[in-house]
Amino acid sequence: MSFEEKSTWVSMVVSVLVLSAYSMFVLGQLQSVPAAQIAYQRPMLIAVGAIIVMTIVGTILMSIGTAVSAEISAKISGGGSVAEIDRKDERDDDINRRGELVGYYVSSAGALGVLALAMLRYDQFWIANALYLTFMVGGLASATAKLIVYRRGF
Amino acid sequence: MGKPTRISNSIRSLRFAADEMTQAELADRVHVTRQTIIAIEQGRYSPSLEMAFQIACVFAVPLDEVFHYEEEKS
Repeated sequence: MSFEEKSTWVSMVVSVLVLSAYSMFVLGQLQSVPAAQIAYQRPMLIAVGAIIVMTIVGTILMSIGTAVSAEISAKISGGGSVAEIDRKDERDDDINRRGELVGYYVSSAGALGVLALAMLRYDQFWIANALYLTFMVGGLASATAKLIVYRRGF
Repeated sequence: MGKPTRISNSIRSLRFAADEMTQAELADRVHVTRQTIIAIEQGRYSPSLEMAFQIACVFAVPLDEVFHYEEEKS
C-alpha cells in the first residue's frame, strides 16, 4: 500500500470518527431540546479542529509505523529502504484528481440542499449542520472513490 | 463511437530477462512507487507517455516492445 493510499485511509477513519462523535453529541440533543436552542457552534468548531489535529497526528504515526516496518523488512530481506516509503508519483496524482472530482460533485449536490434550506428559511441550526454534513460527506465520498480506484485501478 | 481498446505490456518478462530485476528496483529507476509498477504490470493502470518511455529506457528497448496496443475486434 502506497503512502498516499495510507494517508487516504487515515483521513477517512478520522472523518468517520469525528462525524460520528459530533452527530451523537449534537443531534442526540434533538430529542429533548428544540433545534434552535441547541448550542452546536462550539462542538462544531471543536470537530473541525479535531479533524485537522487528528489527521496530522494520524499521518505522523502512520509514517513512523511505515518507516519502522520498512526498516525491519529491509533488514530481514536485505533489500529496499525507508527512502522511498513516502514517494508520490503520477498515479497518485491521477487518483487524487479523480477522487477530488467525486468529492466536488457530492459537495455541490449537498450545497444545493443547503441553499434550499436557506431559501425556505429553516433555522440556522439546520443550515449550519447541513453545510457541515455536506463538507464531511463530500470528503468521505472523495476518500472512498480514491480507495476504490487504488484497489481496482482505472 | 470508438472501439474499446486494451494496452498490454511485457514488463514482467522484460524484468526477468534483465537479470531478474525486482519491481522495487524498476520503481526506483523510474522514480515511481512499487505499487504503480504492480498496477501497470497487472493492467490496472495505463502510465503516461513519459513514464512509458522511461520504462522502455530502463530495459533499453523500443516503446512497442514494452507496451502493446491492441484494438478489440467485434
